[in-house]
Amino acid sequence: MTVDRILPTDEAHDLLDLATELADRELAPKAAGFEERAEFPRDVLRTLGRAGLLGLPYPEEHGGAAQPYEVYLQVLEILASRWLAVAEAVSVHTLSCYPVAAFGNDEQRKLLPDMLGGDLLGAYCLSEPQGGSDAAALSTRAVRDGDAYVVSGTKAWITHARVADFYNIFCRTGGPGPKGISCLLADAGTAGITPQAAERTMGLRASPVAQLAFDEARVPADRLIGGEGVGFTIAMSALDSGRLGIAACAVGLAQAALDYAVGYARERQQFGRAIIDFQGLGFTLADAATQISAARALTLAAARLRDAGRPYSIEAAKAKLFATDMAMRVTTDAVQVLGGAGYVADHPVERYMREAKVLQIVEGTNQIQRVVISRALAKG
Amino acid sequence: MNIVVLVKQVPDSGADRNLRNDDNTVDRGSANNVINEMDEYAIEEALKIKEAHGGEVTILTMGPDRATESIRKALSMGPDKAVHVVDDALHGSCAVATSKVLAAALGQLNADLVICGAESTDGRVQVMPHMIAERLGVAALTGARKLTVDGGTLTVERQTEEGYEVITAATPAVVSVWDTINEPRYPSFKGIMAAKKKPVQTLSLADLGVAPTEVGFDGATSAVVEHSKRPPRSGGAKITDEGEGGVKLVEFLATEKFV
Ligand SMILES: Cc1cc2nc3c(=O)[nH]c(=O)nc-3n(C[C@H](O)[C@H](O)[C@H](O)COP(=O)(O)OP(=O)(O)OC[C@H]3O[C@@H](n4cnc5c(N)ncnc54)[C@H](O)[C@@H]3O)c2cc1C
Ligand SMILES: Cc1cc2nc3c(=O)[nH]c(=O)nc-3n(C[C@H](O)[C@H](O)[C@H](O)COP(=O)(O)OP(=O)(O)OC[C@H]3O[C@@H](n4cnc5c(N)ncnc54)[C@H](O)[C@@H]3O)c2cc1C
Repeated sequence: MTVDRILPTDEAHDLLDLATELADRELAPKAAGFEERAEFPRDVLRTLGRAGLLGLPYPEEHGGAAQPYEVYLQVLEILASRWLAVAEAVSVHTLSCYPVAAFGNDEQRKLLPDMLGGDLLGAYCLSEPQGGSDAAALSTRAVRDGDAYVVSGTKAWITHARVADFYNIFCRTGGPGPKGISCLLADAGTAGITPQAAERTMGLRASPVAQLAFDEARVPADRLIGGEGVGFTIAMSALDSGRLGIAACAVGLAQAALDYAVGYARERQQFGRAIIDFQGLGFTLADAATQISAARALTLAAARLRDAGRPYSIEAAKAKLFATDMAMRVTTDAVQVLGGAGYVADHPVERYMREAKVLQIVEGTNQIQRVVISRALAKG
Repeated sequence: MNIVVLVKQVPDSGADRNLRNDDNTVDRGSANNVINEMDEYAIEEALKIKEAHGGEVTILTMGPDRATESIRKALSMGPDKAVHVVDDALHGSCAVATSKVLAAALGQLNADLVICGAESTDGRVQVMPHMIAERLGVAALTGARKLTVDGGTLTVERQTEEGYEVITAATPAVVSVWDTINEPRYPSFKGIMAAKKKPVQTLSLADLGVAPTEVGFDGATSAVVEHSKRPPRSGGAKITDEGEGGVKLVEFLATEKFV
């Protein structure tokens, strides 16, 4: 289905046209095969990078495209409607550039043109085996030694481990709790940083996720972003933006599932007519369409707050919560609409359903989103 | 090196295409118009040469007003500027007349190298590069799958049915390319923005010193008199296997001279 979009500029229309062309020509034909082989599409990301899609929401002076979040998120949505793993990669990369862009000093920001240039890929290393939700309790340690920090510990479920060129490492430089956490930007080739074997995941298999072992890895001290003890603030601030990205991915994925299910339901005949003409099924699709539009609107409303420089953290949590729960429901319903065909890999909806699940978990589980929202309500 | 790339706007070959019922010309009004596919390869080749050897890349298009969209799209890939020949009298031009107009425009552009697609997906005449080279009095290196530039010497691997031929010529020359020659880049977002500001010069027939009677229906050396849609495919022969399906299949293939 084509979505009627009100965009802030003409250039945003051009950008979405470009994203659509790339999604249709470079993503859609490759998705099923790469997912099947669990192969990371590095070249596809290079193509997106050369087209300028890997630095959209950052200032032009740093090599970005100065696009508002409202526009960037719609690009993500379009990519996700053709291949979630690639959209997620763009989202994670964009997130990985955030600490330097928002909290880095002038010297560190000189790295941005390369980071945003399209050839490099970033990773964001917060979660640890013993805890993802309680990020403030993380235990990876960094100890200052001369002109470097010596990092030891283990990070878990790191998207782009094994393929990234740089890592944002959240680590403990001080005492317990959020105030003891700092953020380091390390080159992937740093001695002592070793990605482990890729996890075998339920979905999103083209996107490599792995543990990252730090064994006295020396990261230059001038790669400390924002000062000691600022790490947790950076991590949470980055996640506010990242959650919007995940919400947009969920909208795109759900739209793909709905479009496929509608196409099928119009063709498939039972009891002498197209199954979409059975009210019981048509209403399922109507609900899905409505939920998708609502999720898109909620996501873009939060993005517009961000673009206007207003607090948006709670709205981003709501958008992430609503959009990803919606995507889980809509992709599950899409499988139901296809009946037995929905359960076999010849049709993409079984994959969509497996992929939707991860969106409820990453960048703060949906329970954690509820924690964020309810805490704000409690505070009044 | 001063390179001119010929770019034609054509109806999208992936969609339903028609000829007009009133004058038998290509229906460009209702079609989704795009850059002729092969011309994207020509643009890519020109950009690669510019990147390696320096110089300037100019897009040359003859076509109605709305060809501007294709010109902008072409420019967004990276060329420096464009020339658009547009004139109401051009409608209905044959290949011979088209080559006259393009050659006249090229006469003002001083190109060292003209690159174009080996064919267009609407006309499919495949003669434009030869005709233009003839009119300009320069070499035509056609059907290239590889192009090497060494100073003023061009070497082309010319794709043939059997394999390829290696041919060389000195600049200036016209080179036409097949889709085997490279992989065209996508425009970048920055390229799209920059393209809006690149100069596009429009030229009329008067600017080129070509008389309206030499082109269009008046000047056509040939005319499409009539057209009809290709009939839909018939159902084909169905063989039901009742024990001798194999034999019937072979008989069918033999009758149709497939075996
Ligand atoms: C494919 C994939 C990619 C990922 N990519 C990255 C990445 O790039 N970088 C990164 O840092 N991490 C990444 N993660 C990790 C992800 O962010 C964590 O898995 C997530 O934050 C949850 O942490 P956990 O797995 O430790 O679950 P736990 O924190 O152990 O949670 C287990 C369950 O308890 C619930 N729970 C926990 N606390 C509360 C509470 N206070 N109230 C109610 N319920 C609660 C959770 O919602 C969950 O249902 C990725 C994960 C996956 C699966
Ligand atoms: C059904 C049909 C039948 C036709 N029959 C005849 C016929 O019998 N005789 C005849 O003379 N004409 C005929 N024409 C018209 C002819 O196709 C057009 O005149 C057309 O311009 C010829 O060039 P081409 O695009 O086919 O050239 P080709 O030689 O196939 O194109 C090669 C390249 O030349 C360049 N080029 C071509 N046209 C332009 C342009 N306008 N601007 C910039 N670059 C260009 C492009 O780079 C293109 O890739 C017919 C057209 C149709 C639709």
